[in-house]
Parts: sequence; structure tokens; C-alpha cells
Amino acid sequence: MTSITIPTSLRDVLEALAGGARPIAGGTDLVVSSRQGKAPLPEALVAIDQVAELSEVKTGTDGLMIGAMVTHARLMTEELLVESYTAVADAAALVGSPSTRNVGTIGGNVMNGSPAMDTGAPLVVLGAEVELRSTSGSRRVSLADLWTGPGRTSAAPDELCVAVHLPLRPVRSGSAYVRLEYRRAMEIAVVGAAASVSLAEDGTIAAVAVALTAVAPTILAVPDLDALVGLDPTVAAQRVAPAASATATPISDLRASDTYRRHTIGVMATRAVEAAARRASGETIAVPVNRALGIGAAR
Amino acid sequence: MTTYSTTLSVNGIPYSLAFDASRNLLSVIRNEVGLTGTKEGCDDCECGACMVLLDGHPVNSCSYLAAQATGKEITTVEGLSSGDELHPIQRQLLDAGGVQCGFCTPGMIMSTDALLRRTPEPTDEDIRIGLSGNLCRCTGYAKIMEAVKATAVELSGS
Ligand SMILES: Cc1cc2nc3c(=O)[nH]c(=O)nc-3n(C[C@H](O)[C@H](O)[C@H](O)COP(=O)(O)OP(=O)(O)OC[C@H]3O[C@@H](n4cnc5c(N)ncnc54)[C@H](O)[C@@H]3O)c2cc1C
Ligand code: FES
Ligand code: FES
Repeated sequence: MTSITIPTSLRDVLEALAGGARPIAGGTDLVVSSRQGKAPLPEALVAIDQVAELSEVKTGTDGLMIGAMVTHARLMTEELLVESYTAVADAAALVGSPSTRNVGTIGGNVMNGSPAMDTGAPLVVLGAEVELRSTSGSRRVSLADLWTGPGRTSAAPDELCVAVHLPLRPVRSGSAYVRLEYRRAMEIAVVGAAASVSLAEDGTIAAVAVALTAVAPTILAVPDLDALVGLDPTVAAQRVAPAASATATPISDLRASDTYRRHTIGVMATRAVEAAARRASGETIAVPVNRALGIGAAR
Repeated sequence: MTTYSTTLSVNGIPYSLAFDASRNLLSVIRNEVGLTGTKEGCDDCECGACMVLLDGHPVNSCSYLAAQATGKEITTVEGLSSGDELHPIQRQLLDAGGVQCGFCTPGMIMSTDALLRRTPEPTDEDIRIGLSGNLCRCTGYAKIMEAVKATAVELSGS
């Protein structure tokens, strides 16, 4: 049997969590997996969607704060994101269908901890931290420290993710997220890659970060990309492919074999770096990159 | 049984209801409110037959907790027609042959309504995205596309 409370204040939510309740945001993971019979609904739920402050998007001196209840529909259209943190908008625009995007949230996506989550890799390359809060205090953790395995996080059961924080962007920077998919909607990534690039004045790479979706138990950053600094972006984009494939430890399942995933993750990483570099140079590529550049399923 | 008591507003009418907190909005609309226009296809968020609008936005009601719809305006397919007069989307779907078995139709109609309210003059791509959460096993979609385009023209008066 399930009980639910729907508080309007954050304090009441945190107290419910301290009392053993599980948070529900949009329920597109939680309710759907109970309907599919994967996991029964928890006995005690606390809905967090009526807490107004969790739906805020705010800029500050240290960057952008995205409230945990902000939906994918908003992430893909919010100007602050589309302008400066474009990879997150690219990812949100690929999630499910319009109804999934209206209901599914960034907090639910990140805290659900799926290795195939679409906002994860963009948030990693943009250097995001999540803010976790409980009745006993608040802390910020990097995403690398948050995800501990498929569907697992280091957050305590009584900790609510209240916001995702993104640091300010360097000059001449851009980001992008692309994924391999078999259908254009209601699909999860076969593999996906996000890149963040900033360019030096001469147009060569000043900094680059790449992270990978659905090729390991958690979203992973590609390590040791310093050798790409100083290169022409097209050269760097080619060199990133073997590095991405070497980082991946994919599984074989119905959707793809491990060999196919290991190869295509390299292709996706190259395309993500290319698109991020084009955006960094001032070019506008519409959100999502998958549709603008015809990556993934054609129709 | 942990009963949740609340008032849900469906098509502008408030209903005082009590149901188990785990109930989905679809089952409450069909069995407690008694409006059966909204259909259950897959019951796990794949097909879109259960699409309703919450505050004007499409939502898969099979996978949304009824309790969380408290305070929001719920619109079902019954809320679109006025009396015996069909809504233009309904009429255009019939005229175009976009209804065969009809099981997907209520969901298609709700997604179309939400789309045309926000995008009165949609491109083909807008329509494809707007209906991307709605499956139809009968029509092959072409006639549904036609109907949506005709509705857009009719409603925008162009
Ligand atoms: C048809 C369909 C298609 C989908 N397609 C995609 C896709 O393409 N890409 C993708 O990435 N995902 C996809 N998803 C998965 C899902 O929609 C997203 O992960 C979504 O962002 C989850 O958000 P939610 O608010 O619905 O989470 P919920 O289901 O409410 O919560 C998910 C989990 O996170 C916990 N939680 C939620 N909010 C918080 C918080 N603030 N703090 C702590 N814990 C919290 C919950 O307790 C639960 O364990 C799809 C789902 C469906 C049904
Ligand atoms: S019945 Fe809800 S999506 Fe199929
Ligand atoms: S008309 Fe039969 S499913 Fe669409």
C-alpha cells in the first residue's frame, strides 16, 4: 500500500524524507517502472512538484542554478541554457515525447542514475554539481561522486537533490550532445556523447571535455584529453574517437552488441566535439544537434 | 489501504474523490469520474492512448499518479466537444479517414489540441514531433497528418 503527501514547502518535504518517504517528481521513471512490474511503488511517497523554489532557473555570480523540478520541456527552450549550456538543451529535446518532456525533470533524470540518461553526459562536461539537502544540512557533490552504479547514487535516502549548479562558461566556448538512436521518439540512447569545447583566439582547442552515455555502468568522462589542446578542432574531433572507444566498457544487449557500441561511441564523440567547436566559434546549430545535423534516426 | 482524498478538476468540473494513493490518473478518470473517452493501451507509457492535458500540457495519464493532479486542470477528450458538436480536430479526423479502430484517436486529439494551441501554424516536422508520443496501429499516420493540417488551417482561419 502506498501513501503520499504533497507539501508546498521544502522543509515539509525534507521532514517527510527524514521519516522514510521516497521523493517523486514527475514519476516518469518511478511510476512507469512500477507499471512495468520492475519495482513496486514505495510505501511512502512525498511529491516534490508543488514546492515552487524547486522549479527555478537562476543565474548568479558563480553560474547557473537549475531547480530539480525543472522539466525537460523547459530545459530545451530556456534561453539561458540554449545560449550557454546548449548540450543540456540538446539532450532534453531528445527525451521521450512531448508528454515525457512535460513531466520528466532534471532532478529525476540525474537521481535515477541510469547509465543511459541523456542529461548526464552534458552535465558532466559542463562541470555540474548537484546540491543535496536534508533536515541535517546541505552539500554539493560532483556528478562523478554522485553516481556509483546503474540506478545507484551516493545520496543518502533522506537527501533531496534541490538543484543542479553549472559553473560560468569560458569565452569562445560551446557544447553539444548527440546520441545514436533507432527511432526519433520514445527511445533511449544506444550510445551518446557530450562535448564541451573552448577555443583559443587562433581557433585551436583551448580546453575540451567529453563524456559518454550508455557505454559503462555510469556516465563516464573520457580521461586525459590534454593532448588535444592546441590542435585544430577538426583534428581534435578525429583523435577523440579512439580515446572514447578505449574508455567505454559497453555491454551487449538486444539493442546493440558491445563491439558496435564501442565503435559507434567513437563516432558520436567525434560528432559531439565537431558540433561543440562550431558552436564555440559562434555558429548557431539548432537544438537538438541530432535533428539539425541529421544524426540518429532519419525520421 | 491508504486512501487519498482530494478534489480533481476534470473539464472544468470539480470531483470530490477518495482513492488509493498508488492509483494512476487514467484509472481514476475512467472508474471514479466515469469518463471513458480516455483509453488504456499499454498502461506503461509507450502508446499515448491515455493522453490527457494537465494545465494544457499533454501527459500520459496511465503513468501519472492521480494524487499529483490535485490543483491542476485536467482536460480529457470529453472536454473538447461542445454538446453534440464535434471539435474541429474530431471532425477533420473523421473527414480525412484518420480514424479506423479509433483506439488511438482520443490521445491523438489531445496531443493535437496541445500542439495547435502552442503552434497554430505547424510545419510537418512540428506535427511529427507533437504526435511522437502517440502510436496508431491502423492508419499509417498519413491521414492523421492530413487531418491535423486541415484543422490548423480551419482554426487559424488562413
Ligand atoms: C516513454 C519514456 C521515454 C523516456 N525517454 C527518455 C530519454 O530519451 N532519455 C532519458 O534520459 N530518459 C528518458 N526517460 C526516463 C525519464 O523520463 C527521465 O529520467 C526523467 O527525467 C525522470 O524524471 P521524473 O521527474 O519523472 O523522475 P521520477 O520518476 O519522479 O523519479 C526518478 C527517481 O529519482 C528520484 N528523485 C526524483 N527527484 C528527486 C530529487 N529531486 N532528489 C532526489 N531524488 C529524486 C525518485 O525517488 C526516483 O527514484 C523516459 C521515460 C519514459 C516513460
Ligand atoms: S496507456 Fe498510457 S501510454 Fe499507453
Ligand atoms: S485508428 Fe486504430 S490505432 Fe489508430
